[in-house]
This record gives sequence, structure tokens and C-alpha cells, in this order.
Amino acid sequence: MTKATVATCSLAGCFGCHMSLLDIDERLLDLLELVEFDRSPINDIKHISKPVDVGLIEGGVCNAENVHVLHEFRKMCKVLVAVGECANTGGIPSMRNGITLKRCLDESFIRGQGTESAQIPDDPELPLLLNRVRPLHHIVKVDYFLPGCPPSADAFWRFLTELLAGRDPSLPRELIRFD
Amino acid sequence: MLSRTVASLETASRPETLQRIVIEPVSRVEGHGKVTLLMDEHHHVKQARLHIAEFRGFETFIQGRPYQEVPVLVQRLCGICPVSHHLAAAKAIDALVGARKLTPTAEKLRRLLHLGQTLQSHALHFFHLASPDLLFGFDSDVAKRNIVGVIEAHPAVALQGVNLRKYGQEVIRILSGKRVHGILAIPGGVNKALSREDGDSLLKQIDQIVLWSQGAVKIARDLYLGNLERNAAFGSFRSNFVSLIAPDGSFELYDGGLRARDAAGHSVFDHLDCDRYLRHIHEEVKSWSYMKFPFIVALGSDEGWYRVGPLARINNADLMPTPLAEEERRTFTAMGNGEPVHATMAYHWARMIEMLYAAEAIRELLGDPDSYGSDLVTRGERAFEGVGVVEAPRGTLIHHYVVDETDAVVKANLIVATTNNNTAMNTAVREVAAHDLDGQELTEGLLNHIEVAIRAYDPCLSCATHALGAMALEVSLEDANGRLVHRLTRGDDGRVLRGAGY
Ligand code: SF4
Repeated sequence: MTKATVATCSLAGCFGCHMSLLDIDERLLDLLELVEFDRSPINDIKHISKPVDVGLIEGGVCNAENVHVLHEFRKMCKVLVAVGECANTGGIPSMRNGITLKRCLDESFIRGQGTESAQIPDDPELPLLLNRVRPLHHIVKVDYFLPGCPPSADAFWRFLTELLAGRDPSLPRELIRFD
Repeated sequence: MLSRTVASLETASRPETLQRIVIEPVSRVEGHGKVTLLMDEHHHVKQARLHIAEFRGFETFIQGRPYQEVPVLVQRLCGICPVSHHLAAAKAIDALVGARKLTPTAEKLRRLLHLGQTLQSHALHFFHLASPDLLFGFDSDVAKRNIVGVIEAHPAVALQGVNLRKYGQEVIRILSGKRVHGILAIPGGVNKALSREDGDSLLKQIDQIVLWSQGAVKIARDLYLGNLERNAAFGSFRSNFVSLIAPDGSFELYDGGLRARDAAGHSVFDHLDCDRYLRHIHEEVKSWSYMKFPFIVALGSDEGWYRVGPLARINNADLMPTPLAEEERRTFTAMGNGEPVHATMAYHWARMIEMLYAAEAIRELLGDPDSYGSDLVTRGERAFEGVGVVEAPRGTLIHHYVVDETDAVVKANLIVATTNNNTAMNTAVREVAAHDLDGQELTEGLLNHIEVAIRAYDPCLSCATHALGAMALEVSLEDANGRLVHRLTRGDDGRVLRGAGY
């Protein structure tokens, strides 16, 4: 049996969702029997190398680079999953949406306490920040949404094993939470 | 402190004339980073930078929120060390409610939580993220150079790593309700007592965890000493060191004062009251990174930058409070011949000594009757400004809040561990660029050398982007006239793609 391929990435997220996926603990070894990881922060594959079966994305979209990566995932992933509150709704980083970007940057780099050479970083290497943090589905079509901050390890496990077995991966009530 | 050649790699005079090489994203680190290298046509490195390219703006949007929410909000900075942010914020909030001294139970449960996180985070870093480089070699096959490769080649070692992390996560879950982003600390104390039953379930496995941690120290030590010359030199440089320290000068992760020592080990400041950090530590902004560059004010920005984290803590401590870790510390510090140990690669070894300490200290706390008490919260005289400092797994973490009479936050300042290591990581990148890459035809394996050096600092780029964004790690190379010659990107499968300058 050929293994299913899975790619994962974090956009404007905290890596907590990735940590929760690792919280399947020793079931990780069973998962590796079923899937092969393509691009993911846990290996050194920097871009998805070939079309993959499942893409898991944590984090919302906060800059131009995030938009770019999100499009790459949509193009390359048969099934795209928004993982966690940040990907589903923008999450806590989207609390900046009510404030102008200029004010946010000023607060950190101009008016920050103990700040010297105060200036707003503007090197061309820094991707353009969006004025609002957006959930994934504002930009591309998303096939599944896993709620939770983060979704529990059991939720990941149940979702992935059901999906890979070709069944409906809907979660039972006890695995759904919105914290 | 640095040789001229290496220091001169920070900024190239005419970057537009050079070849640009990008490593993006930096992988097997927690978060988003990018390295740029600029090289001339003879493959000489002219500029090397580690960029943090994401920005999230926590310091701004936290304003106006009631302080009670802060420990829960700010832990979302980072899913790898949420407990550190939760506790640093909680300590700052304790000051607001006048809880200068917690009840013994509250303090011990918070310490236990913090130790659980140190254990899980260190295990994650060593086994899941860094061990592939150390076990297989820096230039080894990119397809195998990851935790899956370790599971295949060394299943027993990999499984120990998985189980060490699991134990730390279980300590966190039992105390705070969830493995990631749970809640234990509340203003002036904790929200839940530890039951005997839960304590016993953790105690049952702790001897095994201590044994595995001892094994991990041995692996890290053998790997380091097995190639001593290379490890001592790789990405290596001298620096100051900053960490928390207990009143008696022993190792401390949760409380205490700040200690700074210079490269020779002489004191810069000691037992500094954390409330006064702002007088001694300032941050410089550079146009090419959203991560600021902190330094010790008295030494200035050129000489005053420092390192934090396991290497700094072990170098700075006069003593480890637990016996097995103390024995390991002595072996470790003997390498410095009376000076601090400066090698970048020594971070891994120091990190494993800390993991052993965490396991031993968990065992002590689980055996302490205070941990099972029911007096959980204290209050005192209300204040409007609070500073909380803890040693996060990656180093000193500072949270600072000012609130108004309505309990709303009006000012926040966060200096996270990875930010404290910003200059150090950039220096390590430049060291590797100058010594391993300069004059060479670049390959994927060589570019991984840069990442190996960054990885030693276990940067948490998630934390580092709290200001408003994410970190990009990119290395740029330019030719002698400042013209970009080529562009290299690490592409599919980690292959290096060449192209003209941008
Ligand atoms: S949903 Fe929660 S755990 Fe996941 S990235 Fe966002 S803040 Fe982190």
C-alpha cells in the first residue's frame, strides 16, 4: 500500500497546533505507517515537492508571505484543512484588526520602552504585512475546519485516521471544543 | 569581541551588486525564520543575516484588556512554551494584586508546571528537532535528516524522546487541564490543588524519566566530546551571559534576580531586582528584522549583547540544586578552564543537563507535602505596574505591564528569550558563513550548517514574532561591487535553486 502524503505548515500561528499533533505521543509511530510527511516544520523540505493528499495549516494569514504559502498549499493539496482557531477565524492575532497597522508598529518599534535606534523595520526582505489578519477561507477554499486552540491530540488522531480510511472524518461531540 | 572579518558580515556596502542566497523557512526550529547570504562571484560571503519577518502586535492589542485576561492571552504567543508566557505574565500580575509572596502550595505548583514544560520542550528540541543533525551529520541526506529518519535508524532513542516529552506534557495537563494552553495561574496564586491520586500517577513514572534523562545527558556529552575540536569551533564566539539566579547563586528557572557575566566570567551585574531590568537592558531596532537586538546598557550595543538559555544558565550557576545534575554541571564547566564555555554546540549538552535537573526537581516536588496543600491564593496592596521574569526553556523571558484604575492594560513590554539571543544567532550565522561557506560552491548540506548553528539556540521564532509578525531566516551574498550575483533558494526536497539576483 502506498502511504498517503501529508504537508503541514504554520502561518500566523503559535505552533501550539503542531505541538498538539505531536501530542499523539507514541501513536506517532502508527501514523508514520500510514503517512509520509512532505513539507513540514519537522523536516527540511522547504516547499511541497509534489501534489499531496492532505494539507494541514495552523495560523491565520497576516502577511504577503502567508498568502503565498497558502496558495501553494491549495494548489498542491487534494484536501486542505484549517487547523485551530487561528486558521478558522484569525484567532488571537486578529485582535490587532481593530487597530491600525501603523499604531501596532509604532508601539513596538518607536514607542517601546528601552527602545534605541527607533525605526520601523522596512527592509525588502521583510514581507508586506496585511492590514488585517484573516482566516484561511477568506483567501482559498478550505475543505475541513478543525476547531480548538489547539484541537486535541485525539481530535487530530480521529480526524486523520478516519479521513485516510476514506470515511467521513466528522468529529463526535466530545472531541469538539472552541477554546 | 569578534574578529573584524566576521563582524563586517553584518552589513554589505553595496548589496545590490551581490548574489543573494535565501534559506527560507528555517526548519526544525519553532517558528518562522529566514536567512539571507550575499556573496561575490568568487563565493566570498559579504553579508549574512537572520531575519524575523513576521509581526503580530501583542504589545498593542493587549492594551485595554483587563489584566486578568493577560496570562491566558499571551500564552498564545507560543505553543511550545505557553507555560513560560503564562507564568511570566502571572508573576507580573501578582505584583499588581500585591501578592509579593505566594502561598507555598501555589508557588510549588507553579514551579512544577514550569518544570514539566522545561522537560517537554528540551526533549522536543533535542530528540525531535536537533538530533538528526547530531546523529547523522550536518550534510547528511535531507530525506533522512528528520525525526522520522531517527525513528527508523535509532528507534529506542527516538521513543525515549517521545516519552520524555509525553511525561512533561502530562505534568502540564494534570496541573493546568490541557497539554497546550491550559490555565493554572491566577492573580496571586493558582486555580486548582493537586490531588494525591494525580501526584501518585506522576510519581510512578518519575524514576524512569530521571534514568532516561541521565541517558540523554550521556548521548549529548558523548556526541560533543566525540568530535571535540569541531564542536568547540563550529559557529563559536565569545559573549556575555545573562540568566536568573537564586539568592545563593544556584541555578534557578522560576524566580530570583538577574545575573550578567562577561566573556571571561566576571560579574557585570548580579542579583539584580527584576523590577529594574529596564535600567540595564535596552533594545536596538534594525531595519531588516522585526526582532529587536537587546544589550546591557552599561556596555553599549556593540559590546553589551549577550546570550541566554541553557548555556548561559549553566555557565552562570554556582551550583545545581539537585545532585545528579550538579555532577553533570561540574563535568561540563571543567571544559571552560575557569572561563565560561562559549561553544555554540555546547548548548545541546547544557540543555540535557537542565532536562535532568527538571526530572529530579519534579521528583522532589511530587514528594513534598506542600504540593498537595489547599491554600492557593494570596492578595496584598494593589499596584499599577508589574514585571514578571522567568527562565523559559530558551532563556530569560521578561513581561512588563502597566494598568489603570479600571484594571485595563495601558502599556506592555515583552522581551522574549529568542529576542535576547538575536545578536548571538546572527553572530553564529556569520561565523558559519565565514568559516564553512566562504569561497565554496554552496550545496544544500552546506546551507544546513547555518541552520545547525541557529538550531543550537533552539530559537522559538513564534515567541519572537510577538511584536507583530514572523521571523524570516535568509542569508544574502553580494559581489565585491555590492552587486547581487545570483540567488539561491532552497527549494523542493531541500534542493538549492540558483537564479539571478533579485
Ligand atoms: S489555534 Fe491556538 S494553538 Fe493553534 S496556532 Fe492558534 S493560538 Fe496556537
